[in-house]
Amino acid sequence: MTEVVATNETILVVGGGISGMTAALEAAETGKKVVLVEKRPYLGGRVSQLYKYFPKLCHPTCGQEINQRRAKMNPNLTILTMAEVTGLEGEPGNYTATVKLSPRYVNDNCTACGDCAKVVEAEFDNEYDYGMSKRKGAYLPHVMAHPMQYVLDPRIIGTDDAQKAKDACKYGAIDLDMQEQEINFPCGAVIWATGWQPYDAAKIQPYGYDRFENVVTNVEFERMADPKGPTGGKIVRPSDGKEAKNVAFIQCAGSRDRNHLLHCSRICCMASLKQTHYVVDAYDDAQVTIYYIDIRAIDRFEDFYQTVKAMENVSFVKSKVANIISDKDGNPICRGVDTEGYHRYENPHDLVVLATGMEPSVTKSDFPVDIVINREGFVEPDPANGGVFAAGSASDALDVNRSVQHATGAALKAIQVVNRVACVEG
Amino acid sequence: MSDMNTAMVEKYRNDFLKEVEANVEEGQWVKMCMQCGVCSGSCPLGNAWAHPPQEIFMMIRAGKRDEVLKSDSMWMCTSCYNCIVRCPRELPITHIMHGLATYSKRLGLAPKTQPTSQFSEIFWNNMMKRGRVNELKLGLSLYFKDGFGQGIKNALANQKLGMSMMKAKRMSPAEFFGGHGIKDASGLQKMIKKAEEIELAKLKANT
Repeated sequence: MTEVVATNETILVVGGGISGMTAALEAAETGKKVVLVEKRPYLGGRVSQLYKYFPKLCHPTCGQEINQRRAKMNPNLTILTMAEVTGLEGEPGNYTATVKLSPRYVNDNCTACGDCAKVVEAEFDNEYDYGMSKRKGAYLPHVMAHPMQYVLDPRIIGTDDAQKAKDACKYGAIDLDMQEQEINFPCGAVIWATGWQPYDAAKIQPYGYDRFENVVTNVEFERMADPKGPTGGKIVRPSDGKEAKNVAFIQCAGSRDRNHLLHCSRICCMASLKQTHYVVDAYDDAQVTIYYIDIRAIDRFEDFYQTVKAMENVSFVKSKVANIISDKDGNPICRGVDTEGYHRYENPHDLVVLATGMEPSVTKSDFPVDIVINREGFVEPDPANGGVFAAGSASDALDVNRSVQHATGAALKAIQVVNRVACVEG
Repeated sequence: MSDMNTAMVEKYRNDFLKEVEANVEEGQWVKMCMQCGVCSGSCPLGNAWAHPPQEIFMMIRAGKRDEVLKSDSMWMCTSCYNCIVRCPRELPITHIMHGLATYSKRLGLAPKTQPTSQFSEIFWNNMMKRGRVNELKLGLSLYFKDGFGQGIKNALANQKLGMSMMKAKRMSPAEFFGGHGIKDASGLQKMIKKAEEIELAKLKANT
């Protein structure tokens, strides 16, 4: 059974993505006790699924490694994975959190040797690759997973596979009797860092994401570019595996649209410009087209935009694509009218990438506590939220850089609350 | 050119956007267009428009008064509502197009031989007589709008359709003599006349 030692001077951080990790580490490194709760079996969140960062085009694994080291070295930090906050009651300086722990069926003896995965036969869609690949019923979520431990998919429990996995483990790390568990513990302040999810592209009916295989989202494309991703880093068409050299990016796919997301998601312009680099780097004869309303490469990102704009094989079309159809060879055809001359176009591409926007991953009704949400669905900084502070993209559509800055600010807010508690009681 | 047109030109001078906002139905939405082009790309009759909606909005803002009001573009709208459904800013594009068409007609700038405009007028006059559309007379007026010879040609070309409609009781030859109507047609006419007066007074007040 998992036990958590906590007091009302403890800070609870909900969500272990880049924002939650940052907030938890910053607070823990000032000497505060912190409990970090993460729904997935590993920390790192969506950042761990990125191939490269903009604007430096470096790999997120680098920064993650630093954060993981900080986490391992810090005695003030308790990490609960496969855990969800289901209840939160009380007031600033005196909350009680209820957390549901799902069974991992693997204990701390695990050395990540992988013997269990070798013998398990059942395969499932790999969430880490947005369902573009399969993984075993016993799996390591990804190569940089923290904690570095395997997970047994609950769907194999009770089947022969589970027993086979247990028998294959040389370290006695598999415990098939683990049960779901609910725990309660006190905390003084809460940092809400539940992050974002990509907007459901299938809702943008004219783009046919649910009808055409060669229309993908930017998060899927990101996995495709990763050498450890579903295609081994090859940029290919999902329909026939052919090299995708003529790639189109459609900006504002769901964002800035009153039928979908009201807000500008901020990251998609830079994400597409970054992904343009992937295509251009992969093929000498690449042809990239970016359909846009206006490019929002804010502040110092302007340089990045200018570099891409100067590339000979990249063209920018000022137009939001009206709809996509597919020809008999599976080539998606973008149709619309451009704003620079009002020319009607019908352009075939090998692959279309929808620059889908960010929406909050937790909706108002799913919050375990009353919280002020703005019309875009993000957490509003409001005194009515008491000791609950949003961090990162739970508060707004933010890129990694701004999420980390925001999370550090949220950590300070939480520290102020628990310090007041300490003053009263000390 | 009507007097009202002259008055409007005098009043708004170089600010066509203001003129549209004040006088065209739903005109206040024009400035909300962000020029994404989804309306133009989504229009099933897009190829038939000299200036697609997105361009019309830009022309309004650029003060191209004559080019817009004399254009036949907005008369091409068939009210399919595809643009309204897809517009990221929820502009009532269909309604704005109809508003522009109506306004240009009021000012006497609408193209005289544009078929949609002609049909609208025929339909309106037909319907206003008895408060219901007389299908037989509507068809005949439409056939003969370009002269007697062309009318006979049109009628012969559509002979089969006419016969089928009669067979299906969708059209009756008896309609030629008077035709069906509502109980109080003159009451309706008075009502519409009053509404027209109110609308015109509003426009005049703007000049």
